[in-house]
Amino acid sequence: MNSSALIHAVIDGVLTGSVYALMATGLTLIFGVMDIINVAQGIFVILGAYLSYALSVHWGIDSFVGLVITIPTLFLVGIVVERAFIGRLKGPEKTAMSILVTYAISLVIEGSLNMIFSVNYVQISASYVNKTFRIFGVYFAYIYVYGFIMAAILLVALYVMLYRTRFGASIRASLADQTAAALVGIDVKRVSTICFGIGIAVTAAGGMVFGATNAFNASTSYDLISRLLVIIVLGGMGSLGGALLAGILMVTLEDIVGVVWSPVWSIIAFYIVLVIVLSIRPQGLFGKQSARVA
Amino acid sequence: MKRKGKLFRACGVTSVAAATVMMMATASGASSSGSIAKGAPVKIGISLSLSGDFSADGLAYQQGYKLWAADVNASGGLLGHKVVLDITSDASSPTQVVTNYQKLISVDHVNLTFGPFSTLLTLPAAQTVNRYGYAMIEGAGGGPSVFQAGLKNVFDVTLPVAYDLKPFATWLTSLPASTRPKTISYVTSNDPFTQPVVQEAQKLIGKSVKTVYNKVFPAEATDYTSIADAVAAAKAQVVVLGSVDVPTVSAFMQAFEQAHYTPEAFIATAGPDQGAAFIKAVGAGNADGMMVPNSWYGGSKNPASRKMVAEYVKKYGGTAAGVNADIAEAYSVGQAMAQAVTATKGFNNAAIIKYLHSGPTLSSVQGSVKFDALGENTAQTAYTFQWQGAKFVEVNPVGDPGAVKVLFPKPAWGK
Repeated sequence: MNSSALIHAVIDGVLTGSVYALMATGLTLIFGVMDIINVAQGIFVILGAYLSYALSVHWGIDSFVGLVITIPTLFLVGIVVERAFIGRLKGPEKTAMSILVTYAISLVIEGSLNMIFSVNYVQISASYVNKTFRIFGVYFAYIYVYGFIMAAILLVALYVMLYRTRFGASIRASLADQTAAALVGIDVKRVSTICFGIGIAVTAAGGMVFGATNAFNASTSYDLISRLLVIIVLGGMGSLGGALLAGILMVTLEDIVGVVWSPVWSIIAFYIVLVIVLSIRPQGLFGKQSARVA
Repeated sequence: MKRKGKLFRACGVTSVAAATVMMMATASGASSSGSIAKGAPVKIGISLSLSGDFSADGLAYQQGYKLWAADVNASGGLLGHKVVLDITSDASSPTQVVTNYQKLISVDHVNLTFGPFSTLLTLPAAQTVNRYGYAMIEGAGGGPSVFQAGLKNVFDVTLPVAYDLKPFATWLTSLPASTRPKTISYVTSNDPFTQPVVQEAQKLIGKSVKTVYNKVFPAEATDYTSIADAVAAAKAQVVVLGSVDVPTVSAFMQAFEQAHYTPEAFIATAGPDQGAAFIKAVGAGNADGMMVPNSWYGGSKNPASRKMVAEYVKKYGGTAAGVNADIAEAYSVGQAMAQAVTATKGFNNAAIIKYLHSGPTLSSVQGSVKFDALGENTAQTAYTFQWQGAKFVEVNPVGDPGAVKVLFPKPAWGK
């Protein structure tokens, strides 16, 4: 193992981890505001990837430019799904039921994507996907850097929305205590619907980068959702900052262990860290036991 | 031929519960005795991965099985009984596959069973149907773990995977010292299909080529960048990749291209054999020179194979080179079962198992089939195939009449 390989692993981990963090941010936002565990987040990521793929293949629209279309599209999809299914969940079993409902949604979307695109793997192609630059003696692909920049911009935008806008204050109030938020006049139902839309909309961006760096089909979503759930558990359910840190930590740690030790231990090493963290802080790195705040 | 091991299923507990219920229901149920009323169809139970990680292969298998059933029914069925396939999805889950076969046998009362996709799923499936006395002829459970389980009812019509890379290893080590690569990297998923293949290749190649990288990565990996970067950094002239599907190979190819690293020879245990699906994912330019072991390809001269390929292309479109090897594997399963049924003059599973162990040489679109005591097909030959331009051609064994010269060294990516 040489130092350049280690540097490569760290930089790769940060670049790739930021995209996972973006995908997980939507998941944790939805849980934080709505108490919904959205196990369909993985298939929404893949839906975002397919939308970018379709725009690129059929209309020649660059995938980053296409985000102008795919992000609002998935936002609307999220709104429709929330209104049709998620918003109807009530009562003390709401969180548990949400797993079943979103799993069913996931299966329906998976089946639909298989019918439309077949089960054959596809990958988004663009001139910059395999273009590289050299630093510290190793090559880095522009797509990862662009993906990192895009994730950073979107995460900052989310942060600004949450902490610098009136609507963000409504979200944070709902995150902290839905009943209290409703008592002070916040339309929690509306906030929930929009939050779900935002949570799904970010998958368009994450899915685009994922689809440009990996061959995928609808079933790829199962591998994704398991990782995203682990990220938000480590970061703290409902914590945006936690999702960001955990996403980067997870991929970077795996990459370092893979280079320094062996790839076969990379995932195990991460889970060891997860167990240690949860044994000390059961609520995750940034989660709070009684209320979830960003 | 790809058998892999990644899974995520939220319904595991439900499946276990359902499996228990099915086990309890067997008292009322299954019969492998083989008597079918005159005019009644023969039902064949199959669990396939129609969703989940193996869905691409599972759906190809479904096409292969259906193609065989259509052909058999067109020629009068099995012993005059129309073949009806009872296919159910296991969602690529080893738990669900057990539930499915229990249901197929004890509730649906199928007469025969065909195998699922992958070594990972074939082992629990074969163990399950074995409890009911059913034979399981399969085409995708070639990993050693299936044959080491001590089952007498499992028969794999495809070449055992451990021998997959033998022709490649023979070719590599027989190259003149002046042109033979000096360094090699081995990297494989920790999957019951891929690891034995790569380990066997290491044994065969031995010290003829110096190993500069040798690592195993988890089957659950979704991001291969750092692993592929480490392989690229080793700069070996040859790469042997134990892959289970197209995305794995595609990820390594992309990372190699990004690292400006082109191995002189690059063979992957699965992925490049997926025909048009592989090309679609990686691009025709990048596929050039990629090698894969297999026992069949769309351009096979076997008359039965040519007929099947023509039927497939007519029904589903595409070209012969684009026909997935899974189709031939599934079709061969049906052919082997049909010959066993004909030879035993019935659908008695015990008789079929006894017959298949008696050492008959059967024919299939993949070539001859002859089972040893473990159920491995000892009559098949391993081949190495390579993408050369838009063609998928046989390159090994060296000297085989159908083999063309290996494209070596491999062209640079995208050329």
